[in-house]
Amino acid sequence: MTSLRTAFSHPLPRRVGEAAITLLGVSLLTFVVLRVVPGDQITAAYGIAAGELSPEQIRSLQAYYGIDQPLPVQYLGWLGGVLTGNLGISANSGLTVAALTAQALPNTIELAVLAIVVGLLLGVPGGMLAASRPGRARDGATQLGSLVALSVPSFLLATAVATFLANQLGWYPNGEGYRTLLEDPWLNLQQMLLPATVLGISIASPVLQTTRAAILGIRAEDYVRTARAKGVPPRRLQVRHILRNALIPVVTMTGLQFGFLLSGALVAEQIFAIPGIGRQVLLGLNQQEYAVVQSTVLVIAAIFVLVNLLTDLVYRLVDPRVRVR
Amino acid sequence: MNLHRPRQTVRAAGPLAVAAALALAGCGAGATTPDSATPGEGTIVVGITADPTQTLPWTVTSKQAIQVLSQVYSTLLDTGENAEPVAGLAELPTVSEDGLTYTFTLTDGVTFTDGSALDSKDVKHTFDLILDPDSKATSASYFGSVESVEAPDPQTVVVTLEQPDASFPSGLTGVNTAIVPADVDPSTLEKTPVGSGPYAWEKRTPNQSITLSRNDSYFKGKPGAAELEFRVIPDEQAMVSALRTGSIDVTVFDNPITARTAATGDVESTPVDSLSYHVLQLRAASPVLEDVNSRLAIQCAISRQEIIDSAALGAGAVTGPITSPEYRSDPAAQPCPEQDFAKAKEYLAKAGTPDGFTLKLMTSQGLYSTAVDEAQAIQAQLAEVGIEVEVQSLDSSAYVDRWLAGDFDAAIALNGGSADPNTMYARYFTSGGSFNKVAGYSSDTLDTLFAEGVATTDAAERATVYQQISAELVDNAAWVWLFTPKLFLVADSAVQDLEPRTDASLTGLWKASIG
Repeated sequence: MTSLRTAFSHPLPRRVGEAAITLLGVSLLTFVVLRVVPGDQITAAYGIAAGELSPEQIRSLQAYYGIDQPLPVQYLGWLGGVLTGNLGISANSGLTVAALTAQALPNTIELAVLAIVVGLLLGVPGGMLAASRPGRARDGATQLGSLVALSVPSFLLATAVATFLANQLGWYPNGEGYRTLLEDPWLNLQQMLLPATVLGISIASPVLQTTRAAILGIRAEDYVRTARAKGVPPRRLQVRHILRNALIPVVTMTGLQFGFLLSGALVAEQIFAIPGIGRQVLLGLNQQEYAVVQSTVLVIAAIFVLVNLLTDLVYRLVDPRVRVR
Repeated sequence: MNLHRPRQTVRAAGPLAVAAALALAGCGAGATTPDSATPGEGTIVVGITADPTQTLPWTVTSKQAIQVLSQVYSTLLDTGENAEPVAGLAELPTVSEDGLTYTFTLTDGVTFTDGSALDSKDVKHTFDLILDPDSKATSASYFGSVESVEAPDPQTVVVTLEQPDASFPSGLTGVNTAIVPADVDPSTLEKTPVGSGPYAWEKRTPNQSITLSRNDSYFKGKPGAAELEFRVIPDEQAMVSALRTGSIDVTVFDNPITARTAATGDVESTPVDSLSYHVLQLRAASPVLEDVNSRLAIQCAISRQEIIDSAALGAGAVTGPITSPEYRSDPAAQPCPEQDFAKAKEYLAKAGTPDGFTLKLMTSQGLYSTAVDEAQAIQAQLAEVGIEVEVQSLDSSAYVDRWLAGDFDAAIALNGGSADPNTMYARYFTSGGSFNKVAGYSSDTLDTLFAEGVATTDAAERATVYQQISAELVDNAAWVWLFTPKLFLVADSAVQDLEPRTDASLTGLWKASIG
């Protein structure tokens, strides 16, 4: 017992334990919310034709979709499946959720990584630029730009950009049918360009603000003054002493944004026809495919938790102060 | 949107006639500039907004699944110019004197795409499947009067009915009664459909596309393209971009604005008629609408044309109850063919509510693009005579749930039509109909008329009966029928011989080729 308590007082097992509880909570919440929504898989699949099904047909359908069981049995059955590696099947398409996820997840991860790259490429230099002369015109312009980027809804930007390019340049690679990075790298990157840019612009703004605030905060630190007094060259001071430390909160921010992108890429996926995980959830919701939604949301939550866990670990590496708690 | 009109989409699968074609004959079929490329080769790419996940014909309800499966499967009967059943896999049936025995003779030499012959045992197998409750067939309701299906010899199918049912043949034209091979297990068919249609199933990438290849031994002739691809592009604006850049060749829009933006340069948009109808469903069973005068007041206060112009941007035509081409109701034959506030006030006074009343009207944004706009237009019109409308805009699942339960006073709906008026309305307006609770109105007169209509095989006699039914419905303002919408078949001009069919059905797509 004591050894167990000791084990859990250590940060890592405790974090893992917390993560497991979080995921359990997520799964329970998803399960309940899905059942609270009016209608079920039968009305979703048959629409008003559900009114013409005979009682035997309805019973048979309920058994088929597994919704004839009491709710706790449904939940535990699904959870038991997940714990033994069976994410369930999509009743409409007859495919396993694992197979669907294996196909969709890499596309979303690729999109998220590219969007992060765009976000960092815009946000970090932008933040440095803004912080270089705080309160001056350059700062104001950069901040205004970031505010505008944050305020324009991504669906609007995405639609406007895509329509403009298609009409003016006749260029719309996303209509060609999606190709994965392995199947056709050149077409894939073209198809990813617009959604990654649109998503990247929306995350550049928080990255920029974080970078700017962190740089300004660190520049005021005693050790920076000391380093400057010691005659450290300005360039080295900027990069080694200020930027490196300023990136710690940016890493956290990036980790959070990555998690957000896994589910938040839905709009871009929908508009640019990228068959990703967000669309899988949406499709599951439209068809009230409980197993698809529950398992996919759990996968997304698991990745989110994992990324946060990793961010924490990276934090420990770059910032010795966090190592002891 | 599909949630709400599976019937209509089911009908869309049937090779419905080109009521529109008469009006549109001059517009041609979308393709006017033959290119130099060899016709008969190439791939036609059809854009669809949702992944068609249903692959078993008898369970199909979604519009996209119907579009795909109607290329892969064939039906026993097809439909002609006026949506009437014509020969398909079989000749038109011979019907016995008492109207109970239908004998079908199958076309000789038809094969499935796996090479096996299509004969009467496959038809019997398919129909028995539909009749089996375990197979959860949406088409089971067409087979409500079927007693037995027999296959006395390979070319002959005999269907015996329990009672005469003049609407039975029209049910056999929908893709949800398409013939499947008897020797292939349904679980196999679910993954790889095997039919006798113009194209054969090649492969499917979930959420992305379905590819079909030409069936060279198709029994009606050689299909026009080597390959057909259904590509999923979920967003309508993205679909427009894909059309304009030539990534996709054909698609169907129901939104007139989208269709208009798409139709520039090489892209042409052809409006087609639809058998479905927009309606203000009133439930006479609910206390506030119990009095026929209250319902007639609503009918008189509404201007149908104004709703078309404001909510549907002019893309529609005023309609009465029956939209079936051979039995179509005269839209002007009702107590108030035009908006008439004075008459509405008279009816209100007769109902004992001269200052109007409050009406709860259910609608849903998620069902189709104009639903909420229609509700608001009606709200404004009824306010003129003192009827205060409370619009309840629901999520589509909640709407369908309450609709099925008959838990509303009034609802905006887009209901599916049919080539057969009995199929259209018997389920709503006969006291034993599966949707009578939803319709909220029935009468002995209607019960008698419907029974008469379905037992009569003579076309002229039937037409008289359904005219009476139509009059009965509007005279009692059972519902207020508004308009039939337009659909838009949008295609690149490189696509030739694309047939614009009612309900934008793609059953004629097999003739189209791409230059």
